[in-house]
Amino acid sequence: MGQITLKQITKNFGDVQVIPPLDLQINDGEFVVFVGPSGCGKSTLLRLIAGLEDTTSGEIDIDGRNATEVPPAKRGLAMVFQSYALYPHMTVRKNIAFPLRMAGLDKDAQNAKVESAAEVLNLTDYLDRRPGQLSGGQRQRVAIGRAIVREPDAFLFDEPLSNLDAALRVNMRLEISELHQTLKTTMIYVTHDQVEAMTMADKIVVLQAGVIEQVGTPLELYHTPKNKFVAGFIGSPKMNFLHGSFSAGYSAESIGVRPEHITVSKTEGTWKGVVGVSEHLGSDTFLYVDIEGQKTAITVRSSGEVGVRHGDTVFLTPDPEKIHRFDNQGLRIA
Amino acid sequence: MATQHSRSAARFMMAPAVILLLGWMLVPLSMTLVFSFKKYLPLRGGDLGWIGFDNYVRFVSSSAFWPSVQTTLIIVGGVLVITIIFGILLSILLDQPMWGQGIVRILVIAPFFVMPTVSALVWKNMLMDPVNGLFAHLWKAFGAQPVEWLSDASLFSIILIVSWQWLPFATLILLTAIQSLDSEQLEAAEMDGAPPLARFGFIILPHLARAITIVILIQTIFLLAIFAEIFVTTSGAFGTRTLTYLIYQRVLESQNVGLGSAGGVYAIILANIIAIFLMRIVGKNLDA
Repeated sequence: MGQITLKQITKNFGDVQVIPPLDLQINDGEFVVFVGPSGCGKSTLLRLIAGLEDTTSGEIDIDGRNATEVPPAKRGLAMVFQSYALYPHMTVRKNIAFPLRMAGLDKDAQNAKVESAAEVLNLTDYLDRRPGQLSGGQRQRVAIGRAIVREPDAFLFDEPLSNLDAALRVNMRLEISELHQTLKTTMIYVTHDQVEAMTMADKIVVLQAGVIEQVGTPLELYHTPKNKFVAGFIGSPKMNFLHGSFSAGYSAESIGVRPEHITVSKTEGTWKGVVGVSEHLGSDTFLYVDIEGQKTAITVRSSGEVGVRHGDTVFLTPDPEKIHRFDNQGLRIA
Repeated sequence: MATQHSRSAARFMMAPAVILLLGWMLVPLSMTLVFSFKKYLPLRGGDLGWIGFDNYVRFVSSSAFWPSVQTTLIIVGGVLVITIIFGILLSILLDQPMWGQGIVRILVIAPFFVMPTVSALVWKNMLMDPVNGLFAHLWKAFGAQPVEWLSDASLFSIILIVSWQWLPFATLILLTAIQSLDSEQLEAAEMDGAPPLARFGFIILPHLARAITIVILIQTIFLLAIFAEIFVTTSGAFGTRTLTYLIYQRVLESQNVGLGSAGGVYAIILANIIAIFLMRIVGKNLDA
């Protein structure tokens, strides 16, 4: 079981309140991702759940029991750190066995569990090496192994992939998702990368300045963002926002259009503009188009090859069904 | 830039330092070697010619030799044990966030800046004096008989004085080592269910291993040569005659330069044996 409930928790560092009163419900077996720009309090929130930081006020319930004052080791949670936090002087085997050893398990039971974890994570050949002799991805797997053997109620991941290169990151992302499918244990995952959030999460929690902006499934956030912040944060490339005369016709303060919901034409369309930079990825083409009356260039994503060059005049037409309207508070008008 | 040129320029510019170092070390070393094979008694006839290995045999067969080696090892070992144990404890304490951290750290280093002669005199006269010393007053306050530190517990007293001088050094090196420990490792251990003592034993102590070997290496080399503390306090009496002090006595008190030089050569060999052992330990630690 791994149900975690946060009730009105707050956290102050000195006079600075990093987390204003916050409520959150995490259900058993869910893969929850905390996402937000750096400094938004997502890591702090994770550390509060882990017990590495004390809450200033409020209550943390794990499986219905109040765990606010319970020390980290007794909460039944396992954490994977950004720096992996492996013990450099111990072999991989000893690293993975460490929590078991601390729990006072006998040697045979320790070995059995370590070996089965190593098999799951493809670490069997490396059990007698030290962390210093492993690659980044292998170290990451050792850190996950150390978390798995404890058979925790929930896993906590603190930006675990940020130290890996792009290709490895995609692999590890799949491996962690795969692991979640096998173990079906609650996982809480912190990242600033919205792609990781979108691809892995059952439920995304978008945070800004310690405040939860929106909670929902990846597609809910994509299709019906609550406000401009979520709309701009989720989705890649970012949503385009237009004001003034552009939004007037939609009876909104501003409108947002995702780059993939704009069609490009050389002959006719709603907005006329000049192509700036164009990025050709083969599968897609990203165009940055300057249109009159708009300060920032509009990003357009067209699938396949688009035969335009820097300086060409093009016409853009947004898909009227996919336009998001926002009021003067930045909230989305349904 | 031709590397040939820069290399010769580098050699040229290093030359003064190298020559100075060589002169500083090679001249006394070769003089010691020369004297050790001679019968040389400055006040009793001067240079009396070559006598082969006689000095070496006499120095070792003297009844004072083995006790002095033993004393040297006890002092070195005692100081190492005290400075490392208390160094670790102090550095953990100093690593805790506290008010006035900067000043406290400077104060901790202070004993290291006091000259050995001065600190030995301060300990001898202000603290350990059986009549006027602070310790004597403390003992009397509890109604106890004051301890005559330098005669009754002479070896321990000297270990105490030298430890006081070297504790800052050990603390400083161990403190920097503790500060370099990744706090996420400690947090991971905490989450893995390790209580504070286990975190110290499994995480902090192994992390400090390298720093500890470096402290042992450097201190041993310097501690083998301590002299001022003994000269000022007991003058080698009450079983505090170390190898260094024995050599001093042979050369200056007995005015036998040849015999003392032979002792010096033994001291060099001893120091090198220890250095080689320690280097191998450090080397092994650096591999890990």
